[in-house]
Amino acid sequence: MLHDRDRIFTNLYGLHSPDLQAAKMRGAWDGTKFLLEKGRDWVIDEMKASGLRGRGGAGFPTGLKWSFMPKQSDGRPHYLVVNADESEPGTCKDREIMRNDPHLLIEGCLIASFAMGAHAAYIYIRGEYIAEKHALQRAVDEAYAAGLIGKNNVHGYPFDLYVHHGAGAYICGEETALLESLEGKKGMPRMKPPFPANMGLYGCPTTVNNVESIAVAGTILRRGASWFSGIGRPNNVGTKLFCVSGHVNKPCNVEEAMGLTFRELIDTHCGGIRGGWDNLLAVIPGGSSVPCVPADQIIDAPMDFDTLRNLRSGLGTAAVIVMDKSTDIVRAIARISYFYKHESCGQCTPCREGTGWMWRVLNRMAEGRAQKREIDMLLEVSTQIEGHTICALGDAAAWPVQGLIRHFRHEIEKRIDDYAANPHSESVMIAAE
Amino acid sequence: MAVRKLAPEEMQPESFVFSSETEAFAEQQIAKYPPGRQASAVIPLLWKAQEQAGGWLPRKAIEAVAARLDMPDIRVMEVATFYTMFNLEPVGKYFIQFCGTTPCVLRGAGDIKKVLEKRIGEQNHVTADGNFSWLEVECLGACCNAPMVQINDDYYEDLTTENFEKLLDDLAAGRPVKKGSQIGRKSSEPVDGVKTLQDPSLYDGSQIGAWRKRFEEQAQPAATGEAAAVTASVPEAAKAAKPAAGRPEESNAADTPAKRAKEGEAPVKPVDQKEASDASRATKVEARTEDVAKPAPQSGKSYVTTPGKDAVPTSPTTPIAGTPPAQAETRHNGSESKPGVTVDKDNKTS
Repeated sequence: MLHDRDRIFTNLYGLHSPDLQAAKMRGAWDGTKFLLEKGRDWVIDEMKASGLRGRGGAGFPTGLKWSFMPKQSDGRPHYLVVNADESEPGTCKDREIMRNDPHLLIEGCLIASFAMGAHAAYIYIRGEYIAEKHALQRAVDEAYAAGLIGKNNVHGYPFDLYVHHGAGAYICGEETALLESLEGKKGMPRMKPPFPANMGLYGCPTTVNNVESIAVAGTILRRGASWFSGIGRPNNVGTKLFCVSGHVNKPCNVEEAMGLTFRELIDTHCGGIRGGWDNLLAVIPGGSSVPCVPADQIIDAPMDFDTLRNLRSGLGTAAVIVMDKSTDIVRAIARISYFYKHESCGQCTPCREGTGWMWRVLNRMAEGRAQKREIDMLLEVSTQIEGHTICALGDAAAWPVQGLIRHFRHEIEKRIDDYAANPHSESVMIAAE
Repeated sequence: MAVRKLAPEEMQPESFVFSSETEAFAEQQIAKYPPGRQASAVIPLLWKAQEQAGGWLPRKAIEAVAARLDMPDIRVMEVATFYTMFNLEPVGKYFIQFCGTTPCVLRGAGDIKKVLEKRIGEQNHVTADGNFSWLEVECLGACCNAPMVQINDDYYEDLTTENFEKLLDDLAAGRPVKKGSQIGRKSSEPVDGVKTLQDPSLYDGSQIGAWRKRFEEQAQPAATGEAAAVTASVPEAAKAAKPAAGRPEESNAADTPAKRAKEGEAPVKPVDQKEASDASRATKVEARTEDVAKPAPQSGKSYVTTPGKDAVPTSPTTPIAGTPPAQAETRHNGSESKPGVTVDKDNKTS
């Protein structure tokens, strides 16, 4: 188990006050000026050396992302945009940061903005997080009042931070859709290139980072890249907030070292699987967008980006959704398909039409009202959606379905057999409606 | 996609005028964005207009927002119909958004849904007394506290059939209710108490400034002159010889587009780097490494707060402290991605 002294989010559960005074006692805003005085290049190099990979799902190295910003401004302002549109099913970590440890995030915003030459940052918080929005705004106001941020702040780097809220659209978690939304448009992803680092918010160089990636920056710089990279496994270093939900005895958020095994995570913090380890059916290890992994493969697997990718899944946002043997796995995945149908922005045809199609077929399969050849057809259609859309929502919709067929084809077939064995009045010949 | 339309004409009010409070809010919001970018405030303004109109957005309110922001009506209409939190029809005094996505379903959201159907009826239907209406929505981001609902602005978590029935009774009777977890959890901690984050030194301020030691130790050799630094580092350098070999020259190669592509990273990244960097960048980075890479080994040997035991692997392929893991030898063992194998790409949406 990770030592308490190596935990970054020391007020994760809100057992202490989120106020500035208490946050300072916990080490936030400690020597920020000193860190900024080391210079922009030092900050970026230290972040690169720390090996921090973005915590929003894609796992792209954060320091590298920061370094993509133009070194000299060509007259356009630079922006930092923090992606707090936490909507991936299973994920509830950024919420805790924003309501319990907001000053780590605000300090991180200042440091990241400094590193990329931005004097303004926006935090895009999802519309449903109303209490969190107020908590964050309160913390921002505190920081302004204390002169920690603002035009004339104690750090000598003019910096404005604004909290912007959305209105309920999963797609706005995609970076370019988020920028569109922030500009006051529908949240429809943009074509890339140009990339946001070149042309982002209002056509200016912009970097979009996840809340957790930004909030850990201050602590990493203070304690050093070597501290952070010393935790975890090569290429998968540092600590990470895991959100464990579903069929465990004690679902919870917890900060742990990357690369601890699934068994360790569940036994140490979540009180084990409901009904014991033999009762485990499958796990979705990184939020609904990644394929599920059956019990025998996941139990002793280290929870990190590379291991899970080799299991043909992914760490994503580290939202671990645990399913025991009472789960109707086909229905569970069908519900996820409904989610993507609901959240598709409608811009690209494969996604707009395909997500609904997959959901309808899966719903029939959950009843068994399908034909076996349709399983392959479904797989084929999912590969037609994957990679043929502007953003990754098409991929995210296809992967859970592919994961289901890869590991639980027998379950679908069994249902079809059961259905066929009990003749119904309705024809089974209905293909995709 | 959800099909969303404005409420029928007979429901639409005759007019909508910003109240002074809404107007003040509008000014404050618009001030957040650069001049000429007032359209950015469209979501907050629609939000406030919805609040003023009693929980839903009439056509006139949408037009009022458009006029306030100098936007064409249709642009605001698009936004209002795109985002699902804008209610286009009247809702109950207590508008219940019920989370019906898989993590909640696994924890028993189905039972909660039955309670809603029994007590309120169909979705999007306001009870006769005007008190309640409900809607099944997608993940509300409180999965560790599933199942849960949002009633107006607040989350109500860890629901069971019993405590949810009681919650609805209390709301209907106008009694005060408890927000958040209904079973006494503070937030998303384990239900029977927290075992982590117990170290009192995290909270008494004793950690403040402790990290500066690292910088002081690092600064000292530099202060005593180059010669001292060189002699001091000799034995250490010998120890670290294997992994460190060739490192200063190679440190930045890990970031080149070609290398990233070879290692099977997402194909956008090389392009991204190319896009984002101008010609001057490459040379600058090289210059920077020379300055900064040098102190790293010293800091690595002198003041590593080891997170504890064997978390730091000791195989020869391990990157030494301070080396970006991207450079580690382990990256080249071929396990990254094999041509012909459809490896799941990293998921982009957060």
